Amino acid sequence: MRYVAIRLGLSLLLLVGVTIVTFVLTNLVPGDPVIAALGQRAADDPKIVEAYRAAQGLDQPLVVQYFLYLGHLLQGNLGTSIGTRNPVVQDLGYAFPATAELAVFAIVVAVVVGLVLAVVAALRRNRFSDQLIRAISVVGISVPTFWLAVAAYFLFFFVLHWTPGSGRLSPIYDAPPRVTGLFTVDALLAGQPDVAADAFAHLVLPGSVLAVYTLGLLVRFARSSILDVLNQDYVRAARAKGLSSGRVVVAYLLRGALLPILTIVGLAFGSLLSGAVLTEQVFAWGGIGQYAFRAATSLDLPSIMGVGLVVGVVYITVNFVIDLVYGFVDPRVRVG
Amino acid sequence: MSGLEIRGLALELGGRRILDGVDVDVPAGQVTGLAGESGSGKTMTGLAVLGLQPAGARRSGTIAYDDGKVRVPNLLDLRPGAMNRLRGRRIAMVFQDPTASLQPMLSIGTQLTDHMRRHLGLSRAAARTRAAELLERVRVPSPEAALRRYPHQFSGGQLQRVAIAIAIACDPEVLIADEPTTALDVTVQAGVLRLLRELTDDLGLAVLLVTHDLGVMSAVADTVAVMRDGRVVEHGSRYQVIREPRTAYARELVESLPRTPPPGTGEGSA
Amino acid sequence: MTALPAVRRRSLRLPVAWRRPAAIGGAVVLLAWIVIALLDPVIGLQGPLQRDVEVALQAPSAAHPFGTDELGRDVLARTLWGVQASLPLAVVLVAGSLVIGSLLGAVAGYLGGVVDEVIMRIADLVFAFPTIILAMVVAAALGPSLANAVVALLIVSWPNYARVMRALVLGARGQEYVVAGRLLGAGPFTSLRRDVLPNVSAPMLVLAMLDFGNQILLLAGLSFLGLGAVPPTPEWGSMVADGVEQFSSWWLATFPGLAIFSVVVAFNLIGDSLRDALDPRIAGAVQGSSL
Repeated sequence: MRYVAIRLGLSLLLLVGVTIVTFVLTNLVPGDPVIAALGQRAADDPKIVEAYRAAQGLDQPLVVQYFLYLGHLLQGNLGTSIGTRNPVVQDLGYAFPATAELAVFAIVVAVVVGLVLAVVAALRRNRFSDQLIRAISVVGISVPTFWLAVAAYFLFFFVLHWTPGSGRLSPIYDAPPRVTGLFTVDALLAGQPDVAADAFAHLVLPGSVLAVYTLGLLVRFARSSILDVLNQDYVRAARAKGLSSGRVVVAYLLRGALLPILTIVGLAFGSLLSGAVLTEQVFAWGGIGQYAFRAATSLDLPSIMGVGLVVGVVYITVNFVIDLVYGFVDPRVRVG
Repeated sequence: MSGLEIRGLALELGGRRILDGVDVDVPAGQVTGLAGESGSGKTMTGLAVLGLQPAGARRSGTIAYDDGKVRVPNLLDLRPGAMNRLRGRRIAMVFQDPTASLQPMLSIGTQLTDHMRRHLGLSRAAARTRAAELLERVRVPSPEAALRRYPHQFSGGQLQRVAIAIAIACDPEVLIADEPTTALDVTVQAGVLRLLRELTDDLGLAVLLVTHDLGVMSAVADTVAVMRDGRVVEHGSRYQVIREPRTAYARELVESLPRTPPPGTGEGSA
Repeated sequence: MTALPAVRRRSLRLPVAWRRPAAIGGAVVLLAWIVIALLDPVIGLQGPLQRDVEVALQAPSAAHPFGTDELGRDVLARTLWGVQASLPLAVVLVAGSLVIGSLLGAVAGYLGGVVDEVIMRIADLVFAFPTIILAMVVAAALGPSLANAVVALLIVSWPNYARVMRALVLGARGQEYVVAGRLLGAGPFTSLRRDVLPNVSAPMLVLAMLDFGNQILLLAGLSFLGLGAVPPTPEWGSMVADGVEQFSSWWLATFPGLAIFSVVVAFNLIGDSLRDALDPRIAGAVQGSSL
């Protein structure tokens, strides 16, 4: 319990830090948010500018502005997006599940495929299959995600017609009734298997593209952690017990390599979100990445702060959960 | 003969001949010591019997196994699946450092029962009952509680007793013990050795005790084989090898022995 | 104890890291790109900015092996000129974050206490944001240009170096020769410079080598989003973005993409081999955080 409390405290501290960073960053940038909000025309009129600044609390000292921001935040108010004119919370409520669906698909693909490849490579060290898997991993971390997205889209949609086009659903379908915001899940909940299948078909290509980089990272690090464990006596002892090789690999080998692999998954999560920005842009996915891009390029401050906050919270939460799993998996941490 | 009969066992790894025709008998109810300095191939002999030699190594020769019910003329000819059914079931192994040979993230209960359930087809409950009995047999205090604990919560000596319990769990005929006391405190070494000797006598185990320590050897072994450069250079009764070594090399080894016997082993039992 | 023979053969052979085929392959590709960068102004290719609307959007042919873009510019020439943007900026970027991150990390690790806490908590914060989102905000705020993209990436990439450097310094600080240096009267900064830095420089350089590929990808990514190079500068990321708009002209995006890929693969192969040649204990510190 003490372990959980400490982890939780650190995470909360980091969270407060994130609010400060998003706030400071958006206030220190040289771009003038007033012009961005009102347009050049209105911004030329000092009266309008004055009124806008007062209304937004922009005439207050920075510290006061921060606490105003924090107060609104605690009420679930992230302000109104300058670009979409919607409350930022509402925009994020639609964009976030889209990205979550994509990211979950990608991370599952990357972890499952990556671990299998890493185990095979480690067990067949320096043989042909190992060399091949290592080559795949280097290619994975070297190929530009955005280019891969374009190339995959061109090949599989434009030339081969294997996959549906961009977006999350074909135009003939309406979005399923919103429960979780994940189209595949919502469609199943509403009893529309054809919509779920269509949403899943749309997910496959961008999700796989996004998985490539993470997969490359994972294979690279998991292979070397597994090799370390492979040299441990306990793997040899498990084999001396005559256990099935599946049991040896899963219960003894992978469990031994689990901690470093978990750490990598947590770190890789950040790179996954970065990749999502680029992938969403190509596939017109309408998620956090595309929203962030629109907000950043139009200096839409409330939206940027919202995105920064959401993304920071997600990253911190993911790593908090990983810390907890760490403690759960490793008896030495659990007891100590 | 009941036990193991190793004849002309050779092992080649990366163009080097690690074992160069090892001949040794490991009869039931006896402790057969395998002595030699590091690099002489004694550990590799133990691993080669179980088929756990490093990847890429090539074995030749014969290892005959016989326990009265099951007879295998040569272990080297077995398919991997058949060999795996023998491992842990008929031929078990205890490793040097128990803190390294037990998985730190699995409970003692899991590591003590998973091969029993596979080899003996026991239910989870039956396996746990037997596991508790085994821990009692090797004198680990409060066996029920110990099953729920993890390796880091035990001392080295206790852990080696757990490792021995794991090895004898499926009633094997042959036990290969690779330097089982080297990583332990001197004060607990004697206890572990006495346990090994006792199990040999009570269960009729054929024990191959691999060690560089002739002191350990003189305390428990019935016969001693001395290895050098991948060959057995001398093989005889403990008394003969230690008191009247025939080869110069064995004599050198014996002379390097400390004058005092290990504590607690007295004049050597059996 | 037997004394080792004191004779040590001098050899002119390559260091171990460079004897692997992968590292050699990477080095050859990288060298080729450096030569191209130097020769760009010399070889008689059509200028990367020279337009010829007559031949707009032509598929690869003998005259234009990589085809032409919507303004009739030669894609081969633009791809080859693109290295002028990517390589030097990546060097600036990696060198910059190496210097900033190492300094902060060394100070944090050596002084410890409050300084350490402050520096490392800031690093944690930067880590909490995905690189490209933070860089995107900075780049957008500063205005799109390659220089601003570099500044943005500098801000997000130093903490990685700081973390590794701090870990290495913490490890080195307790070593006897460092303690001995302090006992002989060296001040903290002299000690840091004379006794600690020489011993941590190898892993830091390997880390930098491993980071090159990443930085090139991020830089190209920002340009792809329109937050880096501005037209008409030939830059690989923005060339791929052009290709997206002319979707049926596949050659527009393909070749600059392959160019990025080849450079990044080259750096990663070299970096991997160098890391494998490092002392495994130190390599662990580098490996864990070279993401």
